[in-house]
This record gives sequence, C-alpha cells and structure tokens, in this order.
Amino acid sequence: MNRLFTLALLPAIAAITALSLGSLTAAPVKYKLPEETVALKPGPNLEVVKNNCTACHSVDYISTQPRGPKFKKDFWQAEVTKMIKVYGAPIDDADVPKIVDYLAATY
Amino acid sequence: MLDRREMMKRAGVAALATGFGSSKLLALQSTTLPIGNGERPLVKYPQKRPLIGLTSRPPQLETPFSVFNEGPITANDAFFVRYHLAQVPLDIDPDKFTVEIKGKVDHPLKLSLKDLKKLPAVELVAVNQCSGNSRGFFDPRVAGGQLGNGAMGNARWRGVPLKAVLDKAGVQQGVKQVSFNGMDQPVTDKTPDFVKALDIDHARDGEVMLAYGMNGADLPVLNGFPLRLVVPGYYGTYWVKHLNEITLLDNVFDGFWMKSAYRIPDNDCHCVEPGTAPKATIPINRFTVRSFITNVIDGAKLKRGGTTLKGIAFDGGKGIKEVAVSIDGGKTWNTARLGKDLGKYSFREWQLPVKLAAGSHELRVRATNNAGDTQPNEAKWNPAGYLRNVVETVRVTAA
Repeated sequence: MNRLFTLALLPAIAAITALSLGSLTAAPVKYKLPEETVALKPGPNLEVVKNNCTACHSVDYISTQPRGPKFKKDFWQAEVTKMIKVYGAPIDDADVPKIVDYLAATY
Repeated sequence: MLDRREMMKRAGVAALATGFGSSKLLALQSTTLPIGNGERPLVKYPQKRPLIGLTSRPPQLETPFSVFNEGPITANDAFFVRYHLAQVPLDIDPDKFTVEIKGKVDHPLKLSLKDLKKLPAVELVAVNQCSGNSRGFFDPRVAGGQLGNGAMGNARWRGVPLKAVLDKAGVQQGVKQVSFNGMDQPVTDKTPDFVKALDIDHARDGEVMLAYGMNGADLPVLNGFPLRLVVPGYYGTYWVKHLNEITLLDNVFDGFWMKSAYRIPDNDCHCVEPGTAPKATIPINRFTVRSFITNVIDGAKLKRGGTTLKGIAFDGGKGIKEVAVSIDGGKTWNTARLGKDLGKYSFREWQLPVKLAAGSHELRVRATNNAGDTQPNEAKWNPAGYLRNVVETVRVTAA
C-alpha cells in the first residue's frame, strides 16, 4: 500500500503562464504546484488526523520520518507536541492521544 | 492567514486531492535513498527537471546525486528546494515587487527590481546547502527532513551587495542585527513567520548579496524569485527567498527561527553524545568541510585496472587546500588534482587516476581547507541532524 502511495505521481500538468529569463521588463509569473503525492494510510482515528494535520503540511512530512521501535509513541508524542507548542497548531487536547495512537500504529 | 474553519476546509481538499484511488494519480518513477524508509517519488515541477520529492506542501525537493557529476555548477532546473511554510508565493509580478529596508535607518527605502538592477552588479559562485543536508544518514536517526546528500548546489549568483543597499539607507548607530523576511507565509498566524537575522558586521561585509540572477537567468520561482539573500559560506537557512523585508535592529533578533530553531551545540565539535541534548546552543553558521566522489556510486561494479575518480569538495569559505583519496578504506591516501578555482565559496572539482585490483574496495575522500579544517573519520552527532561532514565511503567491486 505504502509503496503504491510513494510511487504515485501526477503528470506534470502544471505550467508557468509567463516566464521571463533575465529581462528587465517582466510579466507576472504564475506558478502552479503539482498535486500532492502521498495520502494518509488507513488506521485508527484517521479523520481526526486528517482534520488536524493536513491543513498545514502534506502527508509526506509524516510518512518519510524514520521507522522502527524507537520511532513509535514517544517519538510521535514529541512531534505532535512540537506542532502545538512551536508551530501553533490548533489541536484540541482530546485529539492529541488519538493522533499519537494513529501515528504510532500506522507509521 | 487562515482561520480554523478555512484550515479544516483545506485539509478536506488536500485529503481529496491525495485520495488513494484517485484517477488523477499515475505511477511514474521513484528512487530509493540509501537510508531506512528512503523510498521517494521523482517529481516534476515547473522550471525543474524530475527531482527527488521529500515533501509536497510546502515543497521540498532534493537534487539526484548524479547531477553533481555534471560539473561544478548545479543547473537551475536541478537545484534543490526547501520551504518551511506552506503559503508559498505563486503569483509574483516582478514589475510590482519591492524590497523594503526599514527599522534603524536614516532613509527607509522601498526598492523595485529595476532600482536594484540599476546599481552596480556583482557575481559570485557559491554553494548553498541545507542545514539538514544528509540528515537521513544520522545514526541514531533524528526527526526532521530525511534528506540524502542532495540538498546542496553551487551556482553563479548575480545581484547587488547588501552593503550597497544598507549604505544607501544609512544604518544608524547602535544597530546590532539585520533581519530578513520573505513573501512566504505560514498557514496560521500562530506559526512563527520565517525570519532570519545576521549580525550587522556580517550583513555589511560586502559579500552578502541580494541576488536576482542565478547561472545567467532569473531565479527559478522555487529558489526565491525574484530576489533572495545569498550568504556565502553559510547554511541555506539564511538565504531567505522571495526577500521583501530587511529590518535594521538595535537588538539581537529573537524570533523562533533564530532563537529556538537552527541551533547547534555550543562547543568545539558542535556535537554531543548520540541521543543526548546539548547544554547550550548557538545559531548554525558556516558550512563544515565536505567532499564527495561523484562519478562512482556505492555498490558499483567496475572494470579492474586504471580508472579516474572524480568529485567535488567545498567548505565555509576558507577555500579547499587539498583533497586526499583512499582506495583501501583509509589506510593509505593520495592527493587528488584540484580543478579550476571558481572562488572560495564554490564547489572545487578534483580528480585522481587510481588502479583497482580485482576484488572489493572502499573508496574514501577527505578534503582539507586553507584553515586546516578537515573531515572526521567517524560521524559527529547533534540532535537536529545538522553539519554532517564525515569522510564519505563508496564501496565498489572491480572485476
């Protein structure tokens, strides 16, 4: 499953409408970012995680983190705490353990 | 800035857009970094060739390592991308763009791109490297962007010295630091805006540059179009993109991205025992010395006999004095021939003809700069995963 997600990639439909190279008078540059490539894996409290985590960043911020026994509950608890305390994520206290459980169980 | 409801809406849209099974998704290519959980998609962005996708929102793209064998200058379409905040400026009018110089100055300025291009231009070849380049190789692993060695690049930057602009504005007595802000913004106003600062003497050293050109072209959008700060020899965190606000301060800037983030241990090695926390920290600053073999990849099978190894070396601005290469796992070393000197902030190419007998070999490369700084045989560790510069090893088999 995860493999399919990381393999998934949208064709480069995005394009620059106006692009100037080294000129002094330049038209506005409109840039279109490609679609995101990774979705959340199924797991407990998926909706809570979706609502709280993906407004500010894409899912690959989660899925590319190190794996293994040292990267379970304590690791994800610290990450969620960082998102709230440092980056000001508006996450309800009640949602925190649900998010941590999902991350520890799923990644 | 978005309120919570808008954020939830966006989360919903993002979930839809990335929903598994969406007919829009199409499997193309991926690559695997030599680290645990290292599989990454190869993604094609406008103005960029396919690059290693670390994250989509905000975008973080790593340069495939083979690019560093193409020459000492990294092409604009291959140059790595790193953002912190997801509100990336995507609609930029270079004719309306201005950069403001304000705070403790006699004459606050608002300069257009045209104004800047009327000032005498300077050019400088300099490496930009992400603080967290190679973080994925840390042992034990640490949280953060799990990068291989591709969050670095070397370009010929064109622009005006920051000093010229500061002199025009008239720096007042007692100024201690200069802060730099770009057009990118956080999704919520609770997230600290990405603002960096330099000491006033550093900002006025004549080398720190407001750059509008990169390798003879405009900056690519994702590399900071239309104007970015270039801080030669310093980690990329200071190279603020889409730079539109320069503030002269009579205090030491205490924003999150200086005071709490991008800090290294305050000791001689800027390292701690793996798994421990430093007692005191300072802001990250100059690059450590690094060198790489670029024409042979780990695990390569080579023909036995003569071959020429080549690669790159760089440091934080003293310049590379020597590159030594070992083909026996570090027992004996030979001095490589250095390539053309493009300046003390540039990648320096090197090459060395070697003879490989049949069997397996551990190839190593170690650079020393003009201050005598070199690379450690054992990797140093710090909790944020910065400054990596261990002597690199490439294992090959000759037959």
